[in-house]
Amino acid sequence: MPRIKLNGTLYDVPAQTSVAAALMNACFTARQSIEGEARGPLCGMGICFECRVTVDGIAYERGCQLQVRDGMEVTTDAA
Amino acid sequence: MRHDTVIIGAGPGGLAAARAAKRIGKRVLLIDDNWGPGGQIWRGYSGLDIDGIDKRYSTQVSDLDLDCEQLILACGARELFLPFPGWTLPHVVGAGGLQALVKAGLKIQGKRVVVAGSGPLLLAVAANLSKAGAEVVLVAEQASWGSLVGFGVSLWRWPEKIIQAAGLATSRFRASVWPVSAEPGRVVMSDGQTLQCDYLACGFGLVPNLELAMLAGCKIESGFVSVDAMQETSVRGIYAVGELTGIGGVEKAEAEGEAAGSRTALRGNHGAFVELLRQCFALREELKSLAKPDTIVCRCEDVTLGKIAACSSKREAKLQTRCGMGACQGRICGSALEFLRGWPPDTVRQPVHPVSVQDLLKQKETANP
Ligand SMILES: Cc1cc2nc3c(=O)[nH]c(=O)nc-3n(C[C@H](O)[C@H](O)[C@H](O)COP(=O)(O)OP(=O)(O)OC[C@H]3O[C@@H](n4cnc5c(N)ncnc54)[C@H](O)[C@@H]3O)c2cc1C
Ligand code: FES
Repeated sequence: MPRIKLNGTLYDVPAQTSVAAALMNACFTARQSIEGEARGPLCGMGICFECRVTVDGIAYERGCQLQVRDGMEVTTDAA
Repeated sequence: MRHDTVIIGAGPGGLAAARAAKRIGKRVLLIDDNWGPGGQIWRGYSGLDIDGIDKRYSTQVSDLDLDCEQLILACGARELFLPFPGWTLPHVVGAGGLQALVKAGLKIQGKRVVVAGSGPLLLAVAANLSKAGAEVVLVAEQASWGSLVGFGVSLWRWPEKIIQAAGLATSRFRASVWPVSAEPGRVVMSDGQTLQCDYLACGFGLVPNLELAMLAGCKIESGFVSVDAMQETSVRGIYAVGELTGIGGVEKAEAEGEAAGSRTALRGNHGAFVELLRQCFALREELKSLAKPDTIVCRCEDVTLGKIAACSSKREAKLQTRCGMGACQGRICGSALEFLRGWPPDTVRQPVHPVSVQDLLKQKETANP
């Protein structure tokens, strides 16, 4: 089972889980809006960009379009 | 290798097209932005892959510099989301959206879910979520019983679809009810009841992903790509199948994919079912007044309805407020404003999704390896 880091904490997440689902399972939201609202995934299919997070240092990745990989580090805006 | 047929979208339409094109001896390239084939309905299913063709998954096509004799657009549809107070809260997700997240590993066991909005998708989602262990508190369809009965009665012509509908019936179903506002952990419905829920799964029907077809200059009529009997668009060599030509479900998508891929005329009459769905699930006027002046319309740029009150087109709203200029490039607010304000779609510019230069290079390789 891939071990990933979400906002600094380690989680064991079943393979094939999306980053967006892993975040929700761990009770994290995703991006922070311009006015500072916490946003979470909306469309689940790559359209809305509400699930954007930083993955292994790369910003603005859509969490719903990425599967977890062992060693992956994900940070959200609010963290 | 140069390909004869390039297909964008690996849902039921694109997969049927790929199988047919392969069968008549074409060199096929199938591209999809998901990590595997299946599209929306067969997301995460195994055993769909087709041998003997080239495939590029996790690849989003943002411009159309593809070199081939036939390009088949099978880009499918997305959900229509309408703004109401609280719709930007994290527990408010799409109906198909929540289903997609569950298929991607979201734990739903024991969670209370209100499914709301419009269309046959709501029942499919409710059934799938219950199967996955969710407690579906309510399925709220905005259409009235009157129009739904019309839908049921007319289904005799499509026997497989009756079976589907019966299998999905749920005692928690209510017609003529819709969400009016959401607060953390709950939702207020139009009939006055307040429901506690972990998720409000809400979508108001489907809208086609027209961006690539518009970019290619294909003729669009009444919101869909127009095609001839062989699924060819107004641009020679470019074909469109599935939800792009009318929201009509998986059988229509597969029949059209088969026609385009095999370059034969479409079999069966699917137009009547498209029209029936459109009429039965037409959105009611009341939904236009759910958003208040301080309700966010453009989620990317946090633009409220009040800020665009004086604007008369998407273009004007963009220039004055940045409405529709964020990362989703107006896909969410643009579709909502087409309904709320009757604003027609804006012109599409390349690239149709925000992309990194690296991705553009990757695509060029895909097109001309
Ligand atoms: C969120 C959602 C959930 C649904 N769930 C159900 C259900 O449970 N039951 C049911 O009967 N029907 C469901 N439907 C309806 C169902 O999707 C359609 O009836 C049918 O699948 C349409 O097939 P299609 O091939 O036209 O499109 P789709 O199945 O939507 O496939 C289109 C594919 O193209 C890809 N794509 C689009 N643009 C690009 C691009 N630029 N680059 C690369 N790839 C691209 C998409 O990611 C997608 O994989 C759902 C629809 C949606 C939107
Ligand atoms: S949830 Fe919409 S893009 Fe990821």
